[in-house]
Amino acid sequence: MHLLEPRPHPSRVMRWTAPLIAVAATLLTGSFLFWTLGKPVLTSFHVFFIQPLETGYGWSELLIKACPLILIAQGLAIGFKARIYNIGAEGQLIVGALFGGGVAITTEGMDAAWIVPAMVVAGAIGGALWGAIPALLRTRFNASETLTTLMLSYVASLILAYMVNGPWRDPEGMNFPQSIMFGDSALFSILLEGSRVNTSLFITLAAVLLFWIFNAKSFMHFQIEVGGLAPAASHYAGFSAKQTVWFCLVMSGLTAGIAGVGEIAGPVGQLNLNISPGYGFAAIIVAYLGRLHALGIVLAGFLMALIYLGGEAAQVSLQMPYAITGIFQGMLLFFLLGSDVFIDNRIRRLV
Amino acid sequence: MSHTVPRLELIGITKRYPTIVANEDVSLTVLPGEIHAVLGENGAGKSTLMKIIYGAVKADAGTVLLDGHEVNIANPAQARRLGIGMVFQHFSLFETLTVAENIALVLDEPFDLPALATRVKEVSEHYGLPLDPNRMVHSLSVGERQRVEIVRCLLQKPKLLILDEPTSVLTPQAVVKLFETLRQLASEGVSILYISHKLHEIQSLCDHATILRNGKVTGKAVPREETPGSLARMMIGRELPVCEAPIYEGEHRPVLTVEGLTLEPTSPFGTALKDISLTVNAGEILGIAGISGNGQAELLLALSGEVTVEKETIRLDGKPIGHLNSGQRRNRGIVYVPEERLGRGAVPPLSLSHNALLTAHRQGMKNWGLVRYGKARDYADECVNRFDVRGADASTNARSLSGGNLQKFIVGREIMLKPEVMIVAQPTWGVDVGASAILRQALLDLSRTGVAILVVSEELEELFEIADRIAVLAQGRLSPAQPRAELNAEKVGLQMAGLFDHADDGRTAASMELNNASA
Repeated sequence: MHLLEPRPHPSRVMRWTAPLIAVAATLLTGSFLFWTLGKPVLTSFHVFFIQPLETGYGWSELLIKACPLILIAQGLAIGFKARIYNIGAEGQLIVGALFGGGVAITTEGMDAAWIVPAMVVAGAIGGALWGAIPALLRTRFNASETLTTLMLSYVASLILAYMVNGPWRDPEGMNFPQSIMFGDSALFSILLEGSRVNTSLFITLAAVLLFWIFNAKSFMHFQIEVGGLAPAASHYAGFSAKQTVWFCLVMSGLTAGIAGVGEIAGPVGQLNLNISPGYGFAAIIVAYLGRLHALGIVLAGFLMALIYLGGEAAQVSLQMPYAITGIFQGMLLFFLLGSDVFIDNRIRRLV
Repeated sequence: MSHTVPRLELIGITKRYPTIVANEDVSLTVLPGEIHAVLGENGAGKSTLMKIIYGAVKADAGTVLLDGHEVNIANPAQARRLGIGMVFQHFSLFETLTVAENIALVLDEPFDLPALATRVKEVSEHYGLPLDPNRMVHSLSVGERQRVEIVRCLLQKPKLLILDEPTSVLTPQAVVKLFETLRQLASEGVSILYISHKLHEIQSLCDHATILRNGKVTGKAVPREETPGSLARMMIGRELPVCEAPIYEGEHRPVLTVEGLTLEPTSPFGTALKDISLTVNAGEILGIAGISGNGQAELLLALSGEVTVEKETIRLDGKPIGHLNSGQRRNRGIVYVPEERLGRGAVPPLSLSHNALLTAHRQGMKNWGLVRYGKARDYADECVNRFDVRGADASTNARSLSGGNLQKFIVGREIMLKPEVMIVAQPTWGVDVGASAILRQALLDLSRTGVAILVVSEELEELFEIADRIAVLAQGRLSPAQPRAELNAEKVGLQMAGLFDHADDGRTAASMELNNASA
């Protein structure tokens, strides 16, 4: 016997309240967690969620972390609406970074204004290619993109490890697995003196705008939405399921690839093994937390960025383990999905 | 009558749902051995009332008396223990299990499979419903599956048997057989509650009838003493609407032709199509009769383009289109109304303007890849007005429409596309009498403007009302289409059983087969 039954009219208001419920539940469970670890609860919260925002520098760091999350999540959200689950954005980010990094390394010593744009284009192509492989596997062999995208993200990390340990290793890098530090012409220019905020911000800004319009107005988006809500209706209307798969996976790979370039030509400044603290995975949560809506994703991106910063602060000030960031991310997704279950369903009342 | 204790007595049954009163102060009495009809349109509250008796739904108020004792039926298992059996309209059988295994699954007592198989065989033969207990359910026809459901109830020796629209899946001949069985059961003292909206069935089978409309009892009658007109008035509050089929005076040219279409089934328990040929002419409605599961789904997929086939097998105006998908065929003027309205013909959580966009985006609703939502809204509003879609506007979600109103919207949307060919599956399935009449008339009117229409329907009466020619699809084969005037229910019923008038002596062969079938 099923304990839940679908609600005839799931509430729209609740759909948008769910992220707030999830945040509240995460904070509540978080307090319990701090308490069991023997940390003062209020101080812990202060360190985690307030302290990172007490300085201007903190806000600039928030922006730096939010940008890639928002950019990747915009691309992922489109696929999620069509129920095409790309969970390998991390791999697409890495391949984008590799392509962009390749441009930076081959143009080393040159000084030209086209280098950064070329890196962005190369990164977009790299990410799109890494998204195209699962699309091909799905449309030709019906291989689940959920599995192939995830597996390909491991392949991507291994390729990155090979490149920075081998061909692209910095000869003067004391054998560390990293490339040369990129020159200024291969880096985004800094926007705010004394911070790391750079011009890649405008890429994210433009992407938010474009995706907002795309989601609200385009016929392609309508086809994607129908494919996710009622696959049979999409088939009936003669919308191409294959086209949707290609579009969603290539598009989400593309945004992730650009985000990868944003990291290596921004805060990281080279290719190394730590170019992303799991942005590709965290962006999945951002997309859902933002209700797959272009503007919702912006808010969710900032929240997720704050969790990253808070996690770092908690490691420094409270001697908490690195895993604390992952725990908060995980709880957020868990409570969000949990809320969604109860928005779409209700407890079956036994007669 | 006062000496007999009624088998079942309902007093003042009321059931309210948040938005609708399903039953209001419903009372009825069924005597032992009586066949009692519950007559009403879709949505009149028949099913809710039966579910209350069967313990699947709890009433808000009212009393249920069984053999004079008040009972409080908490769930279907208790109902079965009290001797109430129910045969649902939609079967709940496992296709990968045998007949006996399926029956064993719902018995509330421990069982011994071989002994059960023997009992199944005995009971089924006693009531003229022969069944092989060891056959897999997926190999059974729909009629045979219904026998499994009935035998499953009979094994528990019910005192009261409820049947919900049992004939919708049967050929006319199988209906006759079923009625014989029901009369035999009644003669043994079993009371039968028979739910239907088909007047002639109720007149030929039932002793008494209770008529429901909008959840209330609007009449009690002895059906044999009534006319279809008087029953209809009680059921829908007015005369049965009749469709008008004007004569088509345009050119009779073939528009859609299918030749030698053979198709493997698309699902594990589907039906293969074997060498199907048909022609739909401009200005006519071709009816495809037959019970669902005989290749209807496959034929519709192939015609609509959701499954593509050999290029030359399907032609539109002489040009091959078999290889084109549904979108490409729509571009050429073939529109389609599918059987499943929610989820295929319409996207449930989206508004009617979005649902207009689904197929009408070709009507200038796109500009540089962007949607002109204003146009979609206008289209949806026009469709709502022209086709009398009640309680809706362009912003209403498809899923909040009733079945009949949603069907009016979908049919209207497709008609407004100004098609050359229109394919319609089960146009009035689950639709109330009033809306059905509007839909049938809309199809007739459209055909008389020179559109070629193909209607697949399980309802024979419907096809006799609107189709100019009728062909029968049975076991994946299609009989040659014959003008309606040359057919009657009995002839169509024979073809449904899979016997076509191929040979010259077809008639004798057919009647011999019928004798065998009923023996």
